[in-house]
Amino acid sequence: MTQLLEEVETGRKRAPVIEPGHSFSTVTAKISDVVLKRPLSIGWLAGVMFCFGFVNLLLLAVGYLFIKGTGIWGITIPIGWGFAIVNFVWWIGIGHAGTLISAILMLLRQTWRNSINRFAEAMTLFAVACAGLFPLIHTGRPWVAYWMFPYPNTMGVWPQFRSPLIWDVFAVSTYATTSLLFWFVGLIPDLATLRDRATNIWVKRAYGALAMGWRGSARHWSRYETAYLLLAGLATPLVLSVHTVVSFDFAVGIVPGWHTTIFPPYFVAGAIYSGFAMVLMLAIPIRSIYGLKDFITERHLENSAKVMLATGLIVGYGYAMEAFMGWYGGNRYDAFLLWNRLHGPYATWYYSLLICNIFIPQVLWIRKFRTQPVLLFLVSTVVLVGMWLERFIIVVVSLHRDFLNSSWGMYYPTKWDWFTYTGTLGLFLFCMFFFMRILPSISIFEMRTLLPESKVKAE
Amino acid sequence: MQIFHRSSNAIARASILAVALIAGLALYVILELDRSPYVTYEKVARPQPVPFSHQHHVAGLGIDCRYCHTSVENSNFAGIPPTKTCMNCHSQIWTNAALLEPVRDSFRTGHSLVWTRVNDLPDYVYFNHSIHINKGVGCNTCHGPVDRMPLMYNNASLRMEWCLDCHRAPDKYLRPRDQVFNMRYQQPSNDQPLSLDGQEFTDQRTLGKYLIQKHNLRTVADITSCSTCHR
Repeated sequence: MTQLLEEVETGRKRAPVIEPGHSFSTVTAKISDVVLKRPLSIGWLAGVMFCFGFVNLLLLAVGYLFIKGTGIWGITIPIGWGFAIVNFVWWIGIGHAGTLISAILMLLRQTWRNSINRFAEAMTLFAVACAGLFPLIHTGRPWVAYWMFPYPNTMGVWPQFRSPLIWDVFAVSTYATTSLLFWFVGLIPDLATLRDRATNIWVKRAYGALAMGWRGSARHWSRYETAYLLLAGLATPLVLSVHTVVSFDFAVGIVPGWHTTIFPPYFVAGAIYSGFAMVLMLAIPIRSIYGLKDFITERHLENSAKVMLATGLIVGYGYAMEAFMGWYGGNRYDAFLLWNRLHGPYATWYYSLLICNIFIPQVLWIRKFRTQPVLLFLVSTVVLVGMWLERFIIVVVSLHRDFLNSSWGMYYPTKWDWFTYTGTLGLFLFCMFFFMRILPSISIFEMRTLLPESKVKAE
Repeated sequence: MQIFHRSSNAIARASILAVALIAGLALYVILELDRSPYVTYEKVARPQPVPFSHQHHVAGLGIDCRYCHTSVENSNFAGIPPTKTCMNCHSQIWTNAALLEPVRDSFRTGHSLVWTRVNDLPDYVYFNHSIHINKGVGCNTCHGPVDRMPLMYNNASLRMEWCLDCHRAPDKYLRPRDQVFNMRYQQPSNDQPLSLDGQEFTDQRTLGKYLIQKHNLRTVADITSCSTCHR
């Protein structure tokens, strides 16, 4: 706190959004060379192959699941929702930072977002893909998962529109579609740049086809800006609505620990919290490996850390309210849930959650932790672990002691649960590796607008 | 710097429309195919070990459904007759017909005739004949004009939407209990009124609503609940 106050009082100059000394051509060259000129490195290949191993593990786990059914997982009654739902909520939450950065910060004219929005949006897409996989394979019969969509089927019935699980289908598919469109539309001018700079004719054609004939005429730009703004407007409510609907999966049920009205805001805050942690975990290595420290500066790290700190405090408030209502509400089942979290068989997990999500991130009040990449990376890791634990606590601890103590049970994840989870981590990083090398990971044209060159005529 | 010809603009625009059209058409084709006899075998006669003609036995000879399908009124399964039922008559008539050799062979050896099942519901559907008969659902409401089938075929698609068509509005089809086995039953109309319990009915809906009361049918909510059929 004193650090923050000191900063305001002394008016200490913050790190710039883009390091001085850059021009249109250096920005373009620096970003597009990562894709077009940089040779294949051993490190990249090794990373891809390592992640590819986990992708295969995922295929193995899912393939075996299709043969044997969900019995290979640790789920039982009463804990019918295990890792699949924990991981689904965790991944979809991570995606939210991308949309917040690209849509909300754009509408709020936070220009610092320009250097991180592209890869944050890619992160959103890959995270949503990983998230979407889990409910799909959790259905038990994924080959008929299309039954969840309303179409004039031969069964003569519609999906159960009163079920939050169907709301989920709509929320997540809308989210995936809007994120993909937003990402692709944002890429078009940069794809045209790559088309123009590529030397290999096939590379040229590939980028040319994706650039959809972009010429950069005034008319193109005028329409482009309108379209992008409209998409930002469409995506903005999704930042709030998607995780709200995900929280309804729980809050609409009458299980103690789920049935609370605080869930939607607290889930949304948690989503952005974990999302920014993931953004930082990606940005910190990317900026140093690909020499992009001029564009992803300390300012970005610090701003992201501040968002994390703020959303983390909202999450902390959520925990406090859950505990307070457990006592104040006077409902014996809610009170028992609170007692069980603190003293039950999963108490260690709950205390780890509090340490990871509430206590450790408080170091972000100190400026050094917000600007030192290594320290910030570590804090982000802790937050991601903490947010995973949060979903584990919500799903498992609430279910394992239900109303009838004859049906109490314990949840033991099997190796297949872990294979699937680590497999999606591998898939996510595998996609990120390819994204880094085949598409501009920072928006070139938006970075150009931050340069002094672009402001000459306006001022 | 453009690397494609100007005409690709038109192609790109057309492709947007084409994707929507192709996706819509594909969905339509798949759904039509799923409802077609190619998938459901609706009204497709199946080969049988003996070409048994319901038309001949029911319409021609006037044998009641229950003579062979004995358990239809009090069991979930209507019952396939044993070879002995065939032999009641065929030990006396057509005793040398080559067509009936499999029947005689079955009778001699005690090995059942293996009929190809025509009206076959999936195993995850609970179905009970007796409740339908006792609540006034006619045989031919579901099975169609069996008395005009030289070879047996399923008259309906047996898709769930077909089941629900009646379960959602049973008054469209119910008939008096004594008309259930009448293969030529006509729903009441102004020209052909139906009198029941001293009342005159001139349209099906009024009759249906009356029969729902009389036969103590459960509510539509009950009989369209998932677990009524998927137990």
